[in-house]
Amino acid sequence: MAIPSDIETTFLFGRLNLHAIPADPIVWVTFVFVAIGGAGLLWLLTKYKWWGYLWTEWFTSVDHKKIGIMYIVLALIMFVRGFADAIMMRLQQVLAFNGSEGYLNAHHYDQIFTAHGVIMIFFVAMPFVTGLMNYIVPLQIGARDVSFPFLNNFSFWMTVGGASLTMVSLFIGEFAQTGWLAFPPLSGIGYSPYVGVDYYIWGLQVAGVGTTLSGINLLVTIIKMRAPGMTMMRMPVFTWTALCTNILIVASFPVLTATLVLLTLDRYLGTNFFTNDLGGNPMMYINLIWIWGHPEVYILILPLFGVFSEITATFTGKRLFGYTSMVYATVCITVLSYLVWLHHFFTMGSGASVNSFFGITTMIISIPTGAKIFNWLFTMYRGRIRFELPMMWTVAFMLTFVLGGMTGVLLAVPPADFVVHNSLFLVAHFHNVIIGGVLFGCFAAVNYWWPKAFGFKLDPFWGKVSFWFWVVGFWVAFMPLYLLGLMGVTRRVRVFDDPSLQIWFIIAAIGAVMIAIGIAAMFLQFYVSIRNREKLRDDSGDPWEGRTLEWATSSPPPDYNFAFTPVSHGLDTWWDMKRFGQTRPRATYIPIHMPKSTGTGVIISALCTICGFALIWYIWWLAILSFVGVVAVAIAHTFNYDRDFHIPADVVKTTEDERDRVLATLPAAQPAIQGV
Amino acid sequence: MAPILKRLTLLGALLALSACKFEVLSPSGDVAAQQRDLLVISTLLMLIIIIPVMALTVWFAWRYRSANRQATYAPDWDHSTKLELVIWAIPLLIIVCLGALTWVGTHLLDPYRPLDRISATQPARDEQPLRVQVVALDWKWLFIYPEEGVATVNQFAAPVDRPIEFTLTSSSVMNAFYIPAMAGMIYAMPGMQTTLHGVFNESGEYQGLASHYSGAGFSGMRFKAEALDDAGFDAWIAEAKESGETLDRARYLELEAPSENVAPMIFAEVEPRLFQRAVNMCVEEGKMCMSEMMAIDDQGGMGLSGAVNVAALTYDKYERRGTARPILGLEPFRVVGICTADELEQMFAFADATSNYTPRDVSPLRGRGLSEPQGIFRGITPTDLTQSTPQTGVDRNL
Repeated sequence: MAIPSDIETTFLFGRLNLHAIPADPIVWVTFVFVAIGGAGLLWLLTKYKWWGYLWTEWFTSVDHKKIGIMYIVLALIMFVRGFADAIMMRLQQVLAFNGSEGYLNAHHYDQIFTAHGVIMIFFVAMPFVTGLMNYIVPLQIGARDVSFPFLNNFSFWMTVGGASLTMVSLFIGEFAQTGWLAFPPLSGIGYSPYVGVDYYIWGLQVAGVGTTLSGINLLVTIIKMRAPGMTMMRMPVFTWTALCTNILIVASFPVLTATLVLLTLDRYLGTNFFTNDLGGNPMMYINLIWIWGHPEVYILILPLFGVFSEITATFTGKRLFGYTSMVYATVCITVLSYLVWLHHFFTMGSGASVNSFFGITTMIISIPTGAKIFNWLFTMYRGRIRFELPMMWTVAFMLTFVLGGMTGVLLAVPPADFVVHNSLFLVAHFHNVIIGGVLFGCFAAVNYWWPKAFGFKLDPFWGKVSFWFWVVGFWVAFMPLYLLGLMGVTRRVRVFDDPSLQIWFIIAAIGAVMIAIGIAAMFLQFYVSIRNREKLRDDSGDPWEGRTLEWATSSPPPDYNFAFTPVSHGLDTWWDMKRFGQTRPRATYIPIHMPKSTGTGVIISALCTICGFALIWYIWWLAILSFVGVVAVAIAHTFNYDRDFHIPADVVKTTEDERDRVLATLPAAQPAIQGV
Repeated sequence: MAPILKRLTLLGALLALSACKFEVLSPSGDVAAQQRDLLVISTLLMLIIIIPVMALTVWFAWRYRSANRQATYAPDWDHSTKLELVIWAIPLLIIVCLGALTWVGTHLLDPYRPLDRISATQPARDEQPLRVQVVALDWKWLFIYPEEGVATVNQFAAPVDRPIEFTLTSSSVMNAFYIPAMAGMIYAMPGMQTTLHGVFNESGEYQGLASHYSGAGFSGMRFKAEALDDAGFDAWIAEAKESGETLDRARYLELEAPSENVAPMIFAEVEPRLFQRAVNMCVEEGKMCMSEMMAIDDQGGMGLSGAVNVAALTYDKYERRGTARPILGLEPFRVVGICTADELEQMFAFADATSNYTPRDVSPLRGRGLSEPQGIFRGITPTDLTQSTPQTGVDRNL
């Protein structure tokens, strides 16, 4: 460890000095690549004069569709970083046998597994899910935008701010070496004296503001902005799951924020919330963080349950089996997810009654989850299943996820948990549900809604290559970890002394390489599809014979989504419209009231990020200045009365007439209805 | 083709070789064996539902593929009360069974519960369990055998078929203690004490490890756990007693400093109650034990003078592994004794040094400078809670 134990703090730079550059050749090489890539990108943007376009059309946009896409772009970029960490861990664990220390020292390796967890959960899964909800929910409920469009833009940029702080830690200073939940006392100032944990805290706090606000925003949107006629029990299942997820976000993220504030006070002011002594209790942190952490798991998975429901109904050409029980199952999971947090630490020694209570509540969650699986199964029953990519991902999910669910219930039996807790069995379990559930769901969703967002389908060949490498790669990479867990191998170990274990790590690494090919194929799929977009074009706006309202509009939808607010008469609104031959109203178009783009969100979150950076490095003057800046810009924004505009009626008319013209060129056949 | 086959067989052989390593599935201790049984039974119970679901998924996916025009297509069929009942009832029933199993299993296999059997065929004999005190240090394990009076580092031995009662704590950060072949894991936490009961049924050498990440040297925090027959264990103890080194408080503090991949050590003699001091974070000379502070709090605190004394009392916060202090906080200082407000006034010469003050009865409060407890607590032998003798300030060796 090259970090000096006692760093001098200067007024101008706080504790930031030359020691902050990591003394690690791997980091330098990465930095060179990132610098070259970044410079190249900046040069391209400047050369083709894209800055203005990006700024006015994307960065400052309050359009929920553009923000949704930006969220997903952020998730994909961070995914590459998180996966690079994963590959480095796999390689280390392959090499570190027979007396070899591997190629990573403890300081580097411990940062990698912490960063991998933090990035994958907070900056991949969360933005991916939020992006999907942002894009789809307003369309599904027939709304023009979310309730608070400016807040939406601000939330996104706060997430970017948190992600940036995490990325900066790679080259300036260090990241936390504590594991992704930063349990004290290890994460206290005494045991983690340098900037790693501070990067963790401020990265999550900045991003957490965004997540909480976006949760409130979507919650209000779903409750207040549904199309006329769309009662709660007529909402598409994805919207239902989004509703439950946002309830969970609003109710649990403040707990995370508060917990991190307490940790911050311990680290900065010497309070004793989570210290070993003076009445502090580190185990309180573990309770608090999991009171947020367990609902978080459901925040991630619930929307994807919704995605799978939409996809299954669409590609089987059939109404979703048991809509009502699906909704109740989702609500059950939402409530129960607050009653299970202790199953993450049965081994703390809470006593048999407490442990069995939390074990049994955990198992109870598997009942509604099981009901959901059955509902998808019986939706497939007597359907006419088209195995397009989204449906392939769904079937792969069903086969993979049940295994993860099973091992999850195993881990909920406290005495069984005692032997596999903190082991690679546990690691395999949560990757099984998060990859098999959340990621497979995200990929299904991307393949499913891409045509809606861009007006052309994704290339199926590279999609299938990606699919097979991912699915097979997942099984090859994680089944050995289950077995290793049963051999008593625990997680976060850097060096092994039993050479017979090496073969399993080699197999797991082969699986990781297959996944890497799957990821490469996915990016290739995007590239090929964009290149061949004319060939893959879909003008109908409804390429999959969809059932919900987002397919009723053009692809990509116009800024205002719907010229007239649709009216819902039942579940599967768009399906019913098609079935009864309803045509779009073409009466007198009226001007449409829309929110105006603003750069305030970008500016405030940039200031917040700078403030976070200053606090991490103890640069007090900068922290105060940027904080004052945040407040000042926020106040100034309240005086900005130029917040909305109207899309004139003739522009709406031109857009809608163009849409009519395109639709008229399409073959009139409605194959989806032929079975009726 | 042939070389591939050859390689596959080789791989198979390799995998089979490592199959004997499934310690969790074939443990040598009865507790771990029962935990394994629960693991297996739960798996089988769940397979009742998992296998049909997986089979149905594949079957429906194949049968109702769009190319198969023979299959029935019922686009509006979306509800069946009977089916709904079945799909909620089957998981419910399985969870009821599993829940019952969990309730019973969790209570029977509670790590705090003394063993009532040594193995499936042997009930517990009328003998004291072997008591072992475990301290997770940075980054090695300290084992104290209080009754035998020896201690070891990164080395553990126990007699076969004798229950073992571990009491665990940690010196700096949280950890978890795990001997997969013997019993499940349990956290070792600073300032706290946990208990684990286990037994070995077969002699042999097993792996023991730290299973909760605790910092840079975590990977090397492993030890060999030896299960010996009675004679072997006695010999092991005797050998340990001849090693000559003593583990006193000074040596413990040396040992406690971070070190990685530590070779096993043996101490022939251990200072009594070292473990209690580790739990209460008062191994250092002159530190107030956490238990003493809690006793003060339990008595309602000491009012203003207590606030002065205790507000900045620091045990290990910045002193063990740590090197940094909060940038904006108070400079830490240490309390070496407790005095009353009047004594403070005398100390700072605000009051006459000879002023005749009789302290309030704060029994059974102990600490340097406090009088022997009065009232109902008079004459009670100090328990583990109190570390130092009143009046003299000398530690009592119990």
